[in-house]
Amino acid sequence: MGLMRRLESLLPWATLVAMLIAQWLIFVRVPTEAQMGIVQRIFYFHVGTAWAAFGCFFVVAGASAVYLWRGSRAADRLALASAEVGVLFCTLVLVTGPIWARPIWGVWWTWDPRLTMTVILWAIYAAYLMLRAFGGSDESVSRYAAVLGIVGVLDIPVIRLSVRLLQGIHPAVLTTREGGSGLTDPTMRLTLYVSSIAILLLAGWLVGLRARAARLESEVTALRREVEAREGAAA
Amino acid sequence: MIRGVLAVLRKDLRIEWRTKESLAGFVVLGVLLVVVFSVALDPSPQDAPRFAPSVLWATFVFTGLLGIQRGFVLERENDCLGGLLSSPLDPAALYLGKLASNVVLLGIMQALVVPLVAMLLHVDVGRVLPVLMLTLALGNLGFAALATLFAAMTVRARSREVMLPVLLLPLLVPVLIGGVKATDAALGGATAAAPLGVLVAFDTIFVMAGVLLFEQVIRD
Repeated sequence: MGLMRRLESLLPWATLVAMLIAQWLIFVRVPTEAQMGIVQRIFYFHVGTAWAAFGCFFVVAGASAVYLWRGSRAADRLALASAEVGVLFCTLVLVTGPIWARPIWGVWWTWDPRLTMTVILWAIYAAYLMLRAFGGSDESVSRYAAVLGIVGVLDIPVIRLSVRLLQGIHPAVLTTREGGSGLTDPTMRLTLYVSSIAILLLAGWLVGLRARAARLESEVTALRREVEAREGAAA
Repeated sequence: MIRGVLAVLRKDLRIEWRTKESLAGFVVLGVLLVVVFSVALDPSPQDAPRFAPSVLWATFVFTGLLGIQRGFVLERENDCLGGLLSSPLDPAALYLGKLASNVVLLGIMQALVVPLVAMLLHVDVGRVLPVLMLTLALGNLGFAALATLFAAMTVRARSREVMLPVLLLPLLVPVLIGGVKATDAALGGATAAAPLGVLVAFDTIFVMAGVLLFEQVIRD
């Protein structure tokens, strides 16, 4: 527990350092892409946020499973925190993508498999947050949300399969297997990795903060109930 | 187990046979939506067949979403669900029975919507009937597998009319894409293997998930 605490208190500083290095790499060090120009730099944010969002959604599923089988409140809070941060980062992906796509493809949006997949995932986890907010009483909502968290992640491979039936133009970044250009310049690769690590650290930090806020919230509710019960007993 | 499933199915279908409430909703909505989509698209007679798969599946999904809640609203009245849960019935059997009755109702709706789409959008479904029926059956099962699970979940929520579609629609996208692409391929004379594979994968995963997770959704 002591080690975890120490790591947790280090996380904001690690995030800060990684972020600063990433900004320097992105805006100073890395060469401008020859064909796309300056707008290509947004991609160093785009890819990392996408990874962070996907990572969050898998954490939601894992935490949901733990909650259903063990009944652990901490797992329930972790699922909620990851879903919120995941939706936030997924929104950023959906914002940075079109900003790049407009000058490069000439349109803000196309129904390419990856774009479709991202927007569907966004909708699933936005619905998850809605369920959390309006789904019913505390305990049953946690269970419902856990079921949705698991169903959502089970749906990801099937959605992937199904969106492949649509026509695609999204570039493949790290592999050339799907006909994309691939990223060949070593500085560009380094920048991508560093900025992605920075964004993943940021996501992890935010999830931790949100989960802690949720814990405090439930503690406050419990204390308030206790006070009300005592006041009721006294009166 | 199987007896339990059949008992729930028989009970639900008997209620439906006596009230015809869900079915009336499904049928009227189905017809209405086909008409609405056709009018909104306003295709020329030559273009019309191209839109048939999309109109068919959009109608199916939306009719299903709007009609499916009824089966659980009924259980909620007079605490019928409490009665079912206190019986020695396995929750998995309850899920499968509900799933089966939903599949039957959705199937009846499909049997009505398909000829209507064929007529209004000038497609000849007769020659591809086996593939088309397989596609419809697989899409029906996949839709019902998730809808049954989530209808049980949202039945107690205050804003259930909004909540159920919001939860289900994004999850059902593979059924929509798979159904449209398979129907499209079948009508165009191409092989529908890939989209049918998507539907089979969807059905397998979510019937199993429903059986395993249903208990978490209905217990209080």
